[in-house]
Amino acid sequence: MRIVFLTDIHANREAFEACLADARRRGYDRMVLLGDFVGYGADPSWVVDVCARLVDDGATALLGNHDAAVFGSDEDMNSRAQAAIRWTRGKLDAAQTAWLKALPLSVREDDRLYVHANGWSPESWGYVTGPDEAERSMRKTDARATFCGHTHVPVIYHMSPARPAAPFVPVPDRPVPFLTSRCWLAVIGSVGQPRDGMAAACWAVYDTDTREIVYRRVPYDVDAAATKIRDAGLPTSLAERLYRGR
Amino acid sequence: MHQDKFTPGQIIDGFRLEEEVHRGGMARLWRVTKPGEKRPMLMKIPFLGEGDDPSAIIGFEVEHMILPRLSGPHVPQCIAAGDFAVLPYLVMERIPGKSLEVRVRDAPLAPEQVAWMGGKIAGALGDVHRRHVIHFDIKPANIMFREDGPAVLLDYGLARHDELPDLLAEESDMPIGTAAYIAPEQVLGIRTDPRSDIFALGCVLYEMTTGRLPFGNPQSRTGMRRRLFQDPAPPRAVVPHCPLWLQEVILRCLEVDPDDRFQTAGQLAHALQNPDQVVLTDRAQRVRGPGFVDNVKSWWRGNDRKSGPVARVADRLDRAPIVMAALDLSADDHEAIHDAVRRQVRSLLKGDPAARFVCATVLKTSLVRIDERLDPSGQNIYLKRLVALKEWARPLDLGAESLSLHVLEGVDPAEVLLDYVRHNQVDHLVLGARGHSAMRRYLGSVSSQVAAQAPCTVTVVRARGTAESRDAEASADAEA
Repeated sequence: MRIVFLTDIHANREAFEACLADARRRGYDRMVLLGDFVGYGADPSWVVDVCARLVDDGATALLGNHDAAVFGSDEDMNSRAQAAIRWTRGKLDAAQTAWLKALPLSVREDDRLYVHANGWSPESWGYVTGPDEAERSMRKTDARATFCGHTHVPVIYHMSPARPAAPFVPVPDRPVPFLTSRCWLAVIGSVGQPRDGMAAACWAVYDTDTREIVYRRVPYDVDAAATKIRDAGLPTSLAERLYRGR
Repeated sequence: MHQDKFTPGQIIDGFRLEEEVHRGGMARLWRVTKPGEKRPMLMKIPFLGEGDDPSAIIGFEVEHMILPRLSGPHVPQCIAAGDFAVLPYLVMERIPGKSLEVRVRDAPLAPEQVAWMGGKIAGALGDVHRRHVIHFDIKPANIMFREDGPAVLLDYGLARHDELPDLLAEESDMPIGTAAYIAPEQVLGIRTDPRSDIFALGCVLYEMTTGRLPFGNPQSRTGMRRRLFQDPAPPRAVVPHCPLWLQEVILRCLEVDPDDRFQTAGQLAHALQNPDQVVLTDRAQRVRGPGFVDNVKSWWRGNDRKSGPVARVADRLDRAPIVMAALDLSADDHEAIHDAVRRQVRSLLKGDPAARFVCATVLKTSLVRIDERLDPSGQNIYLKRLVALKEWARPLDLGAESLSLHVLEGVDPAEVLLDYVRHNQVDHLVLGARGHSAMRRYLGSVSSQVAAQAPCTVTVVRARGTAESRDAEASADAEA
């Protein structure tokens, strides 16, 4: 079974459409959306509607911190994220907000854990930014493979039972096998706001038969997405960073 | 898991265990068969029980990841891999014959034999490097030869694939490698440099040539570190009949600083296959180990070594390509195209200071009288061509160590060039498109055949404004 992972779409319609088209062209069996559908970008309503339809068709969707801020507190956010969330609230209707509110924090499926931020305490929104957090997350679950988003930086962590976790930066289009002898944590890169220095949108696919994960990068119309952000009156830095992928 | 209970006749995932052929420290090897499978096969089963060396497990994981991703004549083909959760094993092609370890027992071997086998091993290493893998355990026991010639590199338990996680990166309590052959930077825990394999191959060439190990077989980290500041006795001090060029090649492989070694296995293969093109330096002249001052200097250098930024294997190969220019010197009226080829080569070499440049021309021999080498005026054509090549290359202003000149001979120039490119690891071939278009229409052009069939990048240069390029433009217009 080929499972497509899409995360941190952040209301970037152009990037999301490009990733969906790429995934459909390559083919897949199942889709998991790892959260942060909204925030930063200018198309929250469209993105939520499309994702709700994908879920109706069998996809799994998880709650991200930006999604939670739509119906909860935005006090912990930096000023740009906060401004974007306050703008987003006005763009979503009650049904869309209710859809976000109903999303789960984590989903377990066979030997896999799906979560937006981390496996030790999903609701804390703590970041997996290095081997220590990755190890903390992997030790907290008996899942062999954890799939998350949240940092916007693609990394794969691996850990054998008596050793610390170690990071690996995946090379786009090159499969990495998840050996059954160790635990794995895949941080999927962001669809709508990449921060690893590449502007191209990121998604990944995991094949449960071969146990291989492949990260994909898809160029998209950054100009259109950035223009909409500026036109919406959102902080201009949110538009600029799309070009740099930072 | 009842790992110790393997018996002949036992079936594992359809493979029948026939006989245990080897039991090493990390794994056992069984000869296996399978109905419908004609290839000779080996099953490698690691020791994973309690109290077994945990590094055996990691080594097996590494091989489990890398071997199935490799193909080609220079690796044992991977046939099946067992699930770790049930029984980890690898079934691979069994290469018939003995490893180089058996042959080096007869060392010192003849220099020609060292060059011939060494060239094949370097060729295999170049191929593995191009597939993004650093072997990190090159030694005679891991080298075999197929019956039809190519060298095969075995055992990827210490290897690194630069598109996969390096499971051994965190396991740095002890240097990872085989003490007698390990490169200095490997002793320091650096696992990113393909030139470490060139050092190890240098140790193998040294052993083949002299019958001795250049740094002995140290059992401690301190012993292994000695190679950071102590040069080995030059091969000619051990076997005086060792040719100067072979000593030059071996000692260049064994340089402490990777920058001073051959930069790619392809360049090493080229040297071993073209001994007359090896530029001799003071390395060739050494008769005993360096004095105290040299040692101290090297020692500091060794201590100063730090882990640099991680470079991908492919990047390293890209920086030190073998670039070749092929010139048609059979007629005298192609100045324009020769100039254009030179301009192209110059711009190619500008970005790659570590490149090796090969400049060649083909001397067409007739099938009837092969060694008629005197032109009508009685001059030796071969020498004349060599002089012309040298003259052509002069404006490029390359040092002797990065330039080599070849007058190749054969009936079919395209075939001769292709053969050279295939056997000498050429990365980029530059040649001029020439020949009158009427002739080309009947005979086909050398450049198009070479461009179509060469295994490397080919740049076909046209000189704009010449009669030939106008012909080409005219025929393109006619077809459009």
